[in-house]
Amino acid sequence: MTRQPLLAVENLSMRFGGVIAVDDLSFTAYRGEITAIIGPNGAGKTTVFNCLTGFYRPTGGTLVLTQDGLHFRLERLKGYRIARHAGVARTFQNVRLFAGMTVLENLVVAQHVALTRASGYNIGGLLGLKSHREAERAAIARAREWLDLIDLRERADEDAGNLPYGAQRRLEIVRAMCTGPRLLCVDEPAAGLNPRESAELGRFLVMIRDRFGVGILLIEHDMSVVMGISDHVIVLNYGKKVADASPSEVRRDPAVIKAYLGEEEE
Amino acid sequence: MSAAPRVKDAGLAALIALALAFPLIGFETSDAGVGFSTRFSWVAIAAAVVFAGRLLFGLVPRRFHLHQFGVRKTAIPQGKLVKLASAALIVFAVLLPVTPFASRRSIDLGTLALIYVILGWGLNVVVGLAGLLDLGYVAFYAVGAYTFALAAQWYHVSFWEMLPLSGMTAATAGILLGIPVLRLRGDYLAIVTLGFGEIVRIVLNNWTAVTGGPNGIGDIPRPSVFGMPIAAGAPAGVTTFNHFFGIAYDPIQRLIWLYYVALAVALAINWFSLRVRRLPIGRAWEALREDEIACRALGLNPTTTKLSAFAIGAMTGGFAGALFAARAGFISPESFNFQESATVLSIVVLGGMGSQLGVALAAVILATLPEFGREFAQYRMLIFGAAMVAIMIWRPRGIFTIRAPSVRLDRI
Repeated sequence: MTRQPLLAVENLSMRFGGVIAVDDLSFTAYRGEITAIIGPNGAGKTTVFNCLTGFYRPTGGTLVLTQDGLHFRLERLKGYRIARHAGVARTFQNVRLFAGMTVLENLVVAQHVALTRASGYNIGGLLGLKSHREAERAAIARAREWLDLIDLRERADEDAGNLPYGAQRRLEIVRAMCTGPRLLCVDEPAAGLNPRESAELGRFLVMIRDRFGVGILLIEHDMSVVMGISDHVIVLNYGKKVADASPSEVRRDPAVIKAYLGEEEE
Repeated sequence: MSAAPRVKDAGLAALIALALAFPLIGFETSDAGVGFSTRFSWVAIAAAVVFAGRLLFGLVPRRFHLHQFGVRKTAIPQGKLVKLASAALIVFAVLLPVTPFASRRSIDLGTLALIYVILGWGLNVVVGLAGLLDLGYVAFYAVGAYTFALAAQWYHVSFWEMLPLSGMTAATAGILLGIPVLRLRGDYLAIVTLGFGEIVRIVLNNWTAVTGGPNGIGDIPRPSVFGMPIAAGAPAGVTTFNHFFGIAYDPIQRLIWLYYVALAVALAINWFSLRVRRLPIGRAWEALREDEIACRALGLNPTTTKLSAFAIGAMTGGFAGALFAARAGFISPESFNFQESATVLSIVVLGGMGSQLGVALAAVILATLPEFGREFAQYRMLIFGAAMVAIMIWRPRGIFTIRAPSVRLDRI
C-alpha cells in the first residue's frame, strides 16, 4: 500500500518576540500512521501542536491537510474551525476534560457539531423533533462503543473529574476521537502513567490507527512508547528538525544522541 | 480540636467583630445628625455574641446531619427529593390565591417572588450554566421594563403584545453587550458587566426627553384577560372581564390575574430552561464553563455559545422586567440599581449554581424575607446577614448541589 500524505508542514516557523520556538520546520505525516515528535524539553514540540490546532498563528510557513481531494490550509483557518472543518483533534499535556460533567457528556459534547445540525440548530430539539432524538441516541451509542473500548462504561454517568488519572487520559483521547477527526494530535499521553498503563496506552493508540485509519501525531517523552508504536519519528532540538526517520534509524542517529545527551568530550 | 485552639479561634473572631463593630455600632448620630454619641457597650455585646457563636459553632459538626438531632435519615435519594419538592412548590404556587394565606399583600408578594424566580433562572443560564460572571444583569431587567413602559406610553400597546417584544429587545441588548466582552473572563467580565448595568441606569436617569428621567413612567397598563380588562367600568365598546363573567369587581382580582400571568411565564421559562440544558447548546454552555480551550479544540464556536447564553439570559430578564412594570404600574431608574443585580446573583449562588429548584427556593426566600421582617424592620439586615452566614456554613455550594446529567447511558 502506498503511503498517503495527510499533513504537509512546510517551512513552519513560530517566533515569540526574540525567541524562535520553531525554526523552518518541514515534515509530512501520513494517513494511518503514527508520527512521533520527540525532543528535549523546550524543543518546540507543543508549539508545533498549537500552530496546527489554531491556538497560535504561525509566523511563517504553510500547514496543509489533504484527504479525499480536500485541502485545508490550517494556518489560515481560525481557532475552532480547524477542529470543525479540517478535522484536527487534539489532547492536552495537562488533561483538559470537562471535569464537572459526566464521562458520557464529555463524549456527547465532542459530537456537538453533528448534533447541532441534526437538532435543526437546537430549534428542532426544542420542539422535540424526531431527528434530534435519533441523533442524540446515535451520539450516545457511539459514545458507548468508545467507553467499552476503554473500560469506562460502568462509570459513564460519573463526573469525569472523579476518574483516576490514567482513565482521564484515555477519556481525553476518546473525546478527541468522538469529533471524527482526520488527524489526531496527542500531547504526552503517557505522562504520569506507570509502565503498565503506558504500554496499554500505546496499544490503544495503535488500535485507533489501525481501526479508524486516522493519522496520529504523538508528542511523548516515554521512549518505550515512542519506539514501540511509531511509524516514523521526527526529532526536534531548539525548534529545528534534527532527524526524521524510522524509530530504529533515529535511535542510532548521532545527531539525535547529541541533542539528548550532549557531545562527547574528546 | 481541643479546647485551647478553639478558644483562640473564637477570640480571633471576636477581635475581628470588635474591629468591625467599633466604627459601625460604636457611634450613633444624635441631635438631628449634628453631633454623635457613643455606645461602646453595644460593641462589647457584639464581640461577646461572636465569641460565643464561634465557640459553639466549633462544637457543632462541620456538616449538618439531621439524624444527629433525632431526625431519621430519609430513604429518598436527592434526585427524587428534588422532584417531590418541585411538584410541591408548583402545587402550592398554583393554589396560593385560594389558600387561607391569600390576601392582597401575600399575592402581590407572590408576584414579586415569581419575578425574582424568573430573574434567577435567567441569570442562572449566564452564570450557573455558561459560567460567565455577570454583575450587571439588572440592565436587561430595566431594558425589558422600559421597553414595555415606553411602548405603552407612546403607542398604547398592551402587555400581551409587548411581553415578547420586551424579551426580544432585552435579548438584543444582551448580544450587544456580549460582543465587546467576548474576550473577557472571570473578574474582568464581572467589572465590564457591572459598568454596563450602571450605564443603562444612568442613561435612563438622564435621557429625560425619552424616559422621563428620575420621574419615571407611570400609567403602565395591567395585563388584560384575553383582551378584557379587569375593571369596575369600561369605556364604550370594551367588555370588561367582570361584565363578561358577571363577577363583581374586586381590586384583588387584578393582583390574582397578574400573579397567574407571572406564574405562567415562570413555568414556561422553567420548561424552556430544562429543555435547553439537554440540547447541544445547553451542553456547550456547560462545557464552556468547564474549559473554554478544550471547547475550541473540539470545534465548538465560543462566540456563538457565549452570545446565545447572554441573549437567552437577557431575554428572560426582559420578560421579568415587563412583569415588574405591569405589577408596579410605575417604573423609575431607582428600581434598577446595583442592589438588584447583587440580589439576583445571590439568588443564583445561594440556590446552587445550575439548579432550577434551588434557584427558585432562594428567590422566594430572598424576595419575601425582607417583607416578613418588616415587623422588626430594624433587624432586617441582621436576619438577612445571619441567613447568609448560615447558608455559607452549612451549604457552601448552595441549597441544592446535585447536578442532573443532561444525558444518561441507561436511558436508552
